[in-house]
Amino acid sequence: MPSTGRLTRARALPGVAYLLVVLLVVFSIFGGGFASVPNLLNIGVQSSVLLLLALPMTLIIMSEGLDLSMGALLGLAGVVLAMQLAAGLPLPLALAAALGVGAAFGLANGVLVVALGIPPFVATLGTLGVAQGAALVATGGQSVVGIGGALPALYASAWLGVPFSILVAGLVYLTFHVILYHTRFGTYVFAIGGNREALVLAGVHANLYHVGIYGLGGVMAGVAALLLTGRMNSGHPTAALGMEFDAIAAVIVGGTSFERGNGWLPGTLLGVLAVGVLRNGLNVMAVSSSLQVASIGLLVIVALLIDSARDKTRDKTRDKR
Amino acid sequence: MKTGLAYRLLGVLLLCAALTLATDAFLTVSNLLNVLRQASLVFLLASGVTLVVLTAGLDLSIGANVGLSACVAAAAIKAGAVELGVAAALACGLTIGLLNGLMVTRLHVPPFIATYGMLWVVHGITYWYMAGQTVYDFPEGFRALGSGYLLGLPVPVYLMGACLALGGVFTRHTTYGHEIYAIGANAEAARLSGIPVRARLNLVYGLSGAMAGLASIVYLARLNSAEADIGEPLMLPAIAAILVGGTSLFGGIGSLSGTLVGAILLTLVLNGMNLLAIGANWQPLVTGVIVVLAVWIDVATRRAPAAAGSPVRAE
Repeated sequence: MPSTGRLTRARALPGVAYLLVVLLVVFSIFGGGFASVPNLLNIGVQSSVLLLLALPMTLIIMSEGLDLSMGALLGLAGVVLAMQLAAGLPLPLALAAALGVGAAFGLANGVLVVALGIPPFVATLGTLGVAQGAALVATGGQSVVGIGGALPALYASAWLGVPFSILVAGLVYLTFHVILYHTRFGTYVFAIGGNREALVLAGVHANLYHVGIYGLGGVMAGVAALLLTGRMNSGHPTAALGMEFDAIAAVIVGGTSFERGNGWLPGTLLGVLAVGVLRNGLNVMAVSSSLQVASIGLLVIVALLIDSARDKTRDKTRDKR
Repeated sequence: MKTGLAYRLLGVLLLCAALTLATDAFLTVSNLLNVLRQASLVFLLASGVTLVVLTAGLDLSIGANVGLSACVAAAAIKAGAVELGVAAALACGLTIGLLNGLMVTRLHVPPFIATYGMLWVVHGITYWYMAGQTVYDFPEGFRALGSGYLLGLPVPVYLMGACLALGGVFTRHTTYGHEIYAIGANAEAARLSGIPVRARLNLVYGLSGAMAGLASIVYLARLNSAEADIGEPLMLPAIAAILVGGTSLFGGIGSLSGTLVGAILLTLVLNGMNLLAIGANWQPLVTGVIVVLAVWIDVATRRAPAAAGSPVRAE
């Protein structure tokens, strides 16, 4: 039932909300040192890069799209940032270069998907290869070190005890909230996923906004590169490969689906926190990072099962498109 | 359809001519046999996925599948016998494929999401299982599966021929094959005409996984060593081979012979880059561009998609 009321109506909590509570309780009991202020802050810091990717991913998935290139693009933007810093460029200029590369790739994704009509998962699979290859070629596969002191100092800074990366993530979250719920662009994002045809018939340049959604994803990969490079104190071409999987997982368990443009930013935030808590908790319990990836897949499946079980009991007669 | 294949064969010939002119090392018996051997591996891996793509689905987990299957096989060979290793790889591949199928048919996860998630789950399990170890040095008889010759041709070429023949009969001359094409052309119509869509989808995802298991054996036998990351570079070229071979992502159109030509084209490109001393770092970039170009041609020549950018669903 597509209507404008959908934008604001109250929603049932996605299954991941309950999973998040369960995870917090379990890790607090079994993970020594999990439930401490420094560790909880740590979860926030670790989750901030993921949130920066998951927010634009929410908009992209709402538009019935997907961006598999985000992790590779984050790696490329990080390498660009690190190389410019290592070459002695001031931080704002280096950041502008990283954002520019991100935006260029994001817009290219948009053009491939929207103007050329290439299915998003293959278009972005192709640009994944291109971004990864570009990062490898630019660096020869090596880490970029010697990035100077400006970025690490900025990354280590805090405001009223809140670490820099959490500040950035919070600011970006608020920005996305305003964009999605309080601007024309946001309304069109809902419409592109819900009923693109109607939008075009209403005389809106839907293609322009649609490309813009992907462009936003690319820019956010550039912003995420600032945090990732600051944290690692270097740029590495393959550092973020696969991070788009975490982002997609967070968005899906957060209740955004590929149909009908129904997206929900608070759900994405919950999803990001669930992924962050799961990774951190398993870390505290000394589970290898390789198995953490597998456990995120399990998280998605369990969350989807909870949601589909609830959907079945709630409305068995839901019309199928 | 026929003309499309002719264009692709022309592409193969042009590429061969260009490479012959550009480098002395290309037109030698040993290099051409090497190309055939490599193309066989790409084809084995891509053939199962071709069936999935014919149903308008996709399997992105094949590279990771090869990694885990090869590592499991390596451990089994070391622990017991070659036969055990081969069985373990096939079982491992099949299991991953069937899990993909279940996610698509029971949980209604879009295929590219389900198999992309599976990619990273399997990747994680493989790295955990191997814990940074390398398993190497396998019995001579086993290694022949990947690097041996029979009557002057590499052994994998025979496997490729067998798969092409069996697969051709399966897709063209059995009810199963026709049903797979029908599902890809219009899943709803297929369901209404009584085709067991879920069972057939489970079958193609299972086959895709099993073929990855088979490919992992050939790959392991050629490399003679297993590490957690060995499957990673295989996924993009296999997907590219299918798309270059003219199988449409929108389902219902394509063939295994097309995938064979695609596999040879892709292998020639990668082989040529190798001979021209273009570093391996360029591979993902070039393959990525090929993927995008191939799909663009598919989209531009076959049909204008109803809604720009809507993902393909196997529903």
